[in-house]
Amino acid sequence: MPILEGQDVTKHFGGLAAVSHVDFHVDQGEIVGLIGPNGAGKTTLFNLISAAFPLKSGEIRFKGRKLNGLKPHQICRMGISRTFQQTRIIADMPVFQNVLMGAFFGSPNRISGADAAREAAQALEFVELSEMSATPAKDLTLENQKRVELARALATKPEMLLLDELMAGLNSTEVSEAMELVTKIRDKGITIFMVEHVMKAIMGICGRIIVLHHGEKIAEGTCQEIGCNKKVIEVYLGEETHAGS
Amino acid sequence: MNIATFTSKKFLVPGVLVLILVMLATVPLYISPGPRTLLIDFFMYIILAVSWTMFSGPTGYISLASAAFFGIGVYTPALLYAQGAPLLPLPAVLVAAGLVSFCCALLVGAATLRLRGIFFTMFTFGLLEAVRPIIQYCELEFHGARGRYVESIGPNGVYYLMLFALVAVMVTAYLLKRSRWGLAMQGIGGNEEAAAHMGVDTTRVKVITFGLSGAFMGITGAITAINWYYVDPSSAFNLNYSFLPLLMALVGGMGQLYGPVIGALGFAYLRWVLLSTQYYMLIFGGIMILFILFLPGGLASLIERGRHRLGGVVAKLWKGGGAEQHANT
Repeated sequence: MPILEGQDVTKHFGGLAAVSHVDFHVDQGEIVGLIGPNGAGKTTLFNLISAAFPLKSGEIRFKGRKLNGLKPHQICRMGISRTFQQTRIIADMPVFQNVLMGAFFGSPNRISGADAAREAAQALEFVELSEMSATPAKDLTLENQKRVELARALATKPEMLLLDELMAGLNSTEVSEAMELVTKIRDKGITIFMVEHVMKAIMGICGRIIVLHHGEKIAEGTCQEIGCNKKVIEVYLGEETHAGS
Repeated sequence: MNIATFTSKKFLVPGVLVLILVMLATVPLYISPGPRTLLIDFFMYIILAVSWTMFSGPTGYISLASAAFFGIGVYTPALLYAQGAPLLPLPAVLVAAGLVSFCCALLVGAATLRLRGIFFTMFTFGLLEAVRPIIQYCELEFHGARGRYVESIGPNGVYYLMLFALVAVMVTAYLLKRSRWGLAMQGIGGNEEAAAHMGVDTTRVKVITFGLSGAFMGITGAITAINWYYVDPSSAFNLNYSFLPLLMALVGGMGQLYGPVIGALGFAYLRWVLLSTQYYMLIFGGIMILFILFLPGGLASLIERGRHRLGGVVAKLWKGGGAEQHANT
């Protein structure tokens, strides 16, 4: 059963169609990868789902409810949380307060201070950052800042998580750790939709992949189907082979 | 051991605060009129600086509309508590001043808080420059005089009202800072988009806090009007009431609750000392530049740094003392 569904989703920046007529769906409990060359519209699609940009053309539904016209905080409280390509932690705040913010405001119901603190602590423990609770977020390494973002997103008690290039800039050990973490999150029952360039990660954990190119969906399917898809190789995967050779 | 418990931080800070409050509350019994006037002035600036910091400190939205809300507050008793013909009892007038400023701030906030950075600052500045001539025009056109007289309640009455407002604003600022609301505002200041995506209703938090900060400025304006007897648009909507709270908060430091308080005290004192020299604005400007360049965290950051160092020393002594105690038992 699809938990998130988009129909005819379109976004123009001036004359440029950043996302054009994209239909997509993500099923409950899935890990879906969203790939494509730079500028394909992946982050724009995420921004439309999380309402960072208003959705004016097309329709997105979450658990059957229309998301058009909602504000980011409402989307978050409905159960969709996200991380950002460029980490957006609150630099001057300690790690714990960063996560506490998600716990306090992310859930649809008002929760007590003690509950929020407990949830924040749990989220930090989940991403293995408990020892750094009191450290100002800006003093952390990139990998750990990404963990803070993840913990903050988890503290909002999401049913669905949008991960925007979680693995970018991480070394290969860190990528493996992140992959493990993402699988652990899915096992908690949280559906995952992720933008990623690290093919090892995509091929390793995604059940299904959607490919965007110039704002259009050009392919969709299992890892194997995508890996053999001629068009995808031409516009995206091929480039990497060239770059690698 | 009892002494140790009492000197622990938990009791020390509230104890000192209560002591200061008792001293301030009893001051009119033995002080002469001169220093009392000065104290009223100090209180007023502290309230303005703290209520400005309440909103602009954590969110980073630099408002220059303070004088507009202050002036609206000044004009509320000028209309409702006019000399010889007060329309409402005094408490109602003060509540009205707070409410009117609150509503104005809500309107302004709702219209402008989408603007960021310098655009917001310029708009709030423009607001002040727009309100003053309008009031000036209306007064001349419909009232037929430049100024108005306000009913007097005596200097001690003004003193206690101002002290009451001071306590109210400090308590509110303290509670806000500690609450989830304060966390939300800090989040907005740190990264507004991230805060919104974590479920913070950023517009609501910003607008309501801006309104609350405006309300305190309005109440302060109302008490000040009673203190002045005579009010006119150029004294009520004076640019100084926009810039001074900002300067005081900058110099005092916005990271700590007491930052704007010491900033306000320092500046109000300097102002009092230098007012006769004509150069005081020049000196203010110089001080501000020095602070922005060399101490961006304000005096509060200096104090905190000193406290950390002192704290380390005290902790060491404490440990030593503890060890001794263990040895004794």
